[in-house]
Amino acid sequence: MLELEDVTKEYPGPVLALGGVSLSVREGELVAVVGPSGSGKSTLLQIMGTLDRPTAGVVRVAGFDVAELGDAELAALRAHRIGFVFQQFFLLEGMSALDNVANGLLYAGLPAEERRRLASETLERVGLGRRMRHDASKLSGGERQRVAIARALLGRPAIVFADEPTGNLDSRSSAEIVALLRELNRDGSTIVVITHDHEIADAMPRQIAIRDGLIEGGG
Amino acid sequence: MRAMSLPRSRLLPRDVLSVSSMGLRTRRLRAALSAVGIAIGIASMVAVLALSESSKADLIAALDKLGTNLLTVTPGQSFLGEDAKLPKPAPRMLRRLAAVEDVAATASVSSATVRRSGYIPKEDTNGIGVVAADPALVRTLGGTLADGAFLNSATIHEPVVVLGADAAARLGIVSVASRPLVLIDGRWFAVAGILSPLALAPELDSAALIGFPLAKKMFAVDGSASAVYVRASPDAMNAVRPLLGPQANPEHPEEVQVSRPSDALAARVAAKSAFTALFLGLGAVALLVGGVGIANVMVIAVLERRSEIGLRRALGATRGHVRVQFVTESLLLAGAGGLAGVLLGVVVSAAFAASRGWPAVVPTSVVVAGIGSALGIGAVAGLYPAMRAARLSPTEALRTV
Repeated sequence: MLELEDVTKEYPGPVLALGGVSLSVREGELVAVVGPSGSGKSTLLQIMGTLDRPTAGVVRVAGFDVAELGDAELAALRAHRIGFVFQQFFLLEGMSALDNVANGLLYAGLPAEERRRLASETLERVGLGRRMRHDASKLSGGERQRVAIARALLGRPAIVFADEPTGNLDSRSSAEIVALLRELNRDGSTIVVITHDHEIADAMPRQIAIRDGLIEGGG
Repeated sequence: MRAMSLPRSRLLPRDVLSVSSMGLRTRRLRAALSAVGIAIGIASMVAVLALSESSKADLIAALDKLGTNLLTVTPGQSFLGEDAKLPKPAPRMLRRLAAVEDVAATASVSSATVRRSGYIPKEDTNGIGVVAADPALVRTLGGTLADGAFLNSATIHEPVVVLGADAAARLGIVSVASRPLVLIDGRWFAVAGILSPLALAPELDSAALIGFPLAKKMFAVDGSASAVYVRASPDAMNAVRPLLGPQANPEHPEEVQVSRPSDALAARVAAKSAFTALFLGLGAVALLVGGVGIANVMVIAVLERRSEIGLRRALGATRGHVRVQFVTESLLLAGAGGLAGVLLGVVVSAAFAASRGWPAVVPTSVVVAGIGSALGIGAVAGLYPAMRAARLSPTEALRTV
């Protein structure tokens, strides 16, 4: 589902953020990429999620070699095959929870009614069925992250990347989000969680440790 | 690997609208304020154009009523630069032309003055001139009387006077009900009527009109006309105009001036359009300032909504989708301003036209041009911010500051 071969990423400076990373994630896996801040895990997420291109190495996502895809094709890959969950949730204010979730397929060209129907199903799945009509800005942190997770899952993407999904949440909400991710994984979703929190990582079936731009274990 | 086909990223047209209007819906006050600039510019341009059309329509209606088929025959200058005179039979000769419907002559009596009483010094003429006139004058000019009656075949022999609108006002006479009298060169004249302003012969508004026979008797007028008003049949207008000079003065046709008073009115219409251009220019400046305001708001929106742009890229938006979103947002903003401006302009010009008694005319082309130019400004104003938004890479946009 996801394959990285000897991926490096250099920023102008020069700063070597990734120094040759190889890893693979199979369909149906729930993997934690764990490392301290500055370890290169955010860069890794951006490259795995096709938001950025590697300086060298091969990245394959959902069967596509990223190097062979143009800008618009990468956008299409994200629209149809990849879901994202961010630490800051990135919900659009002034929109209901339902419409925020429906945005998950906005760029897939689905009509709005169809998107809303799928969104309401997905919100039920993450346990927010009763708060569908609420404005996103009126929800609690935990609820917002559930909305964001529902949005990422909407198109049943091949893979979901969650970047510090519990970073802005209290411990109770964090535990709920971890439980939800595990549950969604049991239902078949492939999920990669990026975190600095070993407690969260240990709750996942598999851990990949990263430090100073290199895989330390689990790749 | 690429055998697996991937559908493209697509944003449905309906979604473009809802995505682009989101920024405006969530920041209403800011959107409204930035649209106001455009609205003022468009409103002033629409109002100026509509009002100039309305006043033109008013003048054209007035011209239609007065007729453009009136010609004025006056003596010009002789070859040596001396003031020429029309031959005495000129009015009679002019009447003989087939295409001429009406002829009325006037002759000014330069020596005479008009006063309310003998206590007013003779030098105090108030600018009122005594003019001998044919009874056909009012009909020929298409004029009307504000009060009383015009000279007729009986009163032209009597000390009876009809005052032009300005002359009556200067003498302080508003009605003939009290049988007012005025003193013309030591003789009392009864005021028989007061004329309404004559649009086609404003020179007679300050005149006191008396009959030719009496003028000849009292002031030794030689009977040559100082102006002959000729009403021609409208279809033969152009054919008859060159004939008037030779007909009035066969010996010296070059000493005869023929003019069309309605041309002067038409010139006034043209003069008004010069002002219209000035106001239009001011409106364009307001529109430009409004456009700059919108560009400013859009630049700020792109800065503020970086993470939204990042999110959209993560959700699969292409650079093109981001560009379209911000250009459309700018178009909506300017279009709303334009629409409000057109409505405001129509209301203002209709109210102003009504207060002037003009017909309210708002040409469709003005409405279309108003909204069109607002959209044009919106597109230009939105283009640069939209390009900046589209150029942001997803990682740059998602980076939290």
